[in-house]
Amino acid sequence: MYPANFRYSKEHEWVNVDGNVATVGITEHAQKQLGDIVFIELPGLGAKLEAGKECGTVESVKAVSEIYSPVSGEVTEVNTALNETPEWINQDPHGKAWMFKVALSAPLWDELLSAEQYEAYLREEEGH
Amino acid sequence: MSVLSSEPAALRKTALNELHRKMGAHMVPFGGWDMPLEYTGIVAEHMAVRTRAGLFDVSHMGEIEIAGKQALALLQKVTCNDVSRLQVNQAQYSGLMNDRGSFVDDLLVHKFSDEHYFLCVNAARREADFDWITQQNDPGATVRNTSDDYTQLALQGPKAKTILQRLTSVDLSGVRYYWFARGKVSGAESIIAHTGYTGEDGFEIYVPVADSERIWNEVLEAGKDDGLIPCGLGARNTLRLEAGMMLYGHDINAETTPLEANLQWICKLDKGPFLGRDVLLRQAQEGISKKLVGFQMTDRAIARDDAPVWSNDRQVGKVTSGSYVPYLKRAIGLAYVPTELAKSGERVQIEIRGNKAAAEIVPTPFYRRPKS
Repeated sequence: MYPANFRYSKEHEWVNVDGNVATVGITEHAQKQLGDIVFIELPGLGAKLEAGKECGTVESVKAVSEIYSPVSGEVTEVNTALNETPEWINQDPHGKAWMFKVALSAPLWDELLSAEQYEAYLREEEGH
Repeated sequence: MSVLSSEPAALRKTALNELHRKMGAHMVPFGGWDMPLEYTGIVAEHMAVRTRAGLFDVSHMGEIEIAGKQALALLQKVTCNDVSRLQVNQAQYSGLMNDRGSFVDDLLVHKFSDEHYFLCVNAARREADFDWITQQNDPGATVRNTSDDYTQLALQGPKAKTILQRLTSVDLSGVRYYWFARGKVSGAESIIAHTGYTGEDGFEIYVPVADSERIWNEVLEAGKDDGLIPCGLGARNTLRLEAGMMLYGHDINAETTPLEANLQWICKLDKGPFLGRDVLLRQAQEGISKKLVGFQMTDRAIARDDAPVWSNDRQVGKVTSGSYVPYLKRAIGLAYVPTELAKSGERVQIEIRGNKAAAEIVPTPFYRRPKS
């Protein structure tokens, strides 16, 4: 379910790092909690993001949620197709519904979790 | 991502609670109840009701029965619609009024007989309504809170009648819109009301609590080939909003009158005295300062409940219900605005997370079902 080569935030974003570039999206758990996603606001090209800071919003029929950047750096690419097909986020959150790519300006945040840790974190959250 | 979490703290449960959980519904607290928000997803459920059929457990809704020779007198006193116009087996949408002419609740009044009426009220208002009616009962009718006696199912959608007909010998084509019949559904004595809260054709069925699970399953089975699916309160909300229907606690409350809420059609000011009538008469003569209107977003944004409404750099009102709606595929909502702005085509701005987005006042209902 959760790719082993990704890192995850406790705010339910995923990060896939390739060299100096990180691809970011929201997790399967997040899309499931939100339900049918109908609207998205992503950071613009060239935006400077800071790990842990708000950088966009995802809206489902019933709720709005902030996206917090899990990494620091400059946005180099945005998946603008999601503006027209936000339902991809429900259908394939870890794949074609990637949200943006960032040229990293700092080492990865040490609060990011491995897949195994993230799954344990989800079980813990559900237990409450 | 910060995601909504559901806290199951001492919530009330309907007779179908366990079944909803077993069927994989996503449960959330609503009005003090642990209720299904969605099964397959709000969009799929909304579209099923608009195009085929959906089944909702709405047993959180309350029932209050008024009986005795003074039943009519009491109802005429506490509601704004004219109960004397009801015939036996007919239902009426109305407002339970306080003495300021605003809403204690909105409700459906069903006439069983000249001396027996059956009210369907909102979940979170069961006790408040019962207490208020009892307090106003100087006519001396019998008032009973019978909420725990019924499971209420809403079967809604263009296929609802065909599906329900398979389970009852009552001839449903003889039950006109906003009328009801008493008869058996799946062998259990029920009230079959041709009413709904979706803007679609359909029925609200009050069945004995003991038969809840069996009837729920039999209705789903009877509608399987017609594309009937179980639905949650998420779709119920988007359906009613698209149909321009009020939600108590949001669009109407103890500070808003039926005239302000654009519900003059349920205010029968000439029926004789009732609670708050003087306020409503004055509003009818002198006019009102605010009015509930429908809007649709023209900028790409979704207005949610409580978002401030702006006009000419002045905050003029608040959104009372706002959402993206799946059939129209638009962001729409209801809001109170000053009467001078309450005209179709008027432009306003709605503040969403600190930014102002453009919206246009439009006529309601946003959606009207095709004439069958």
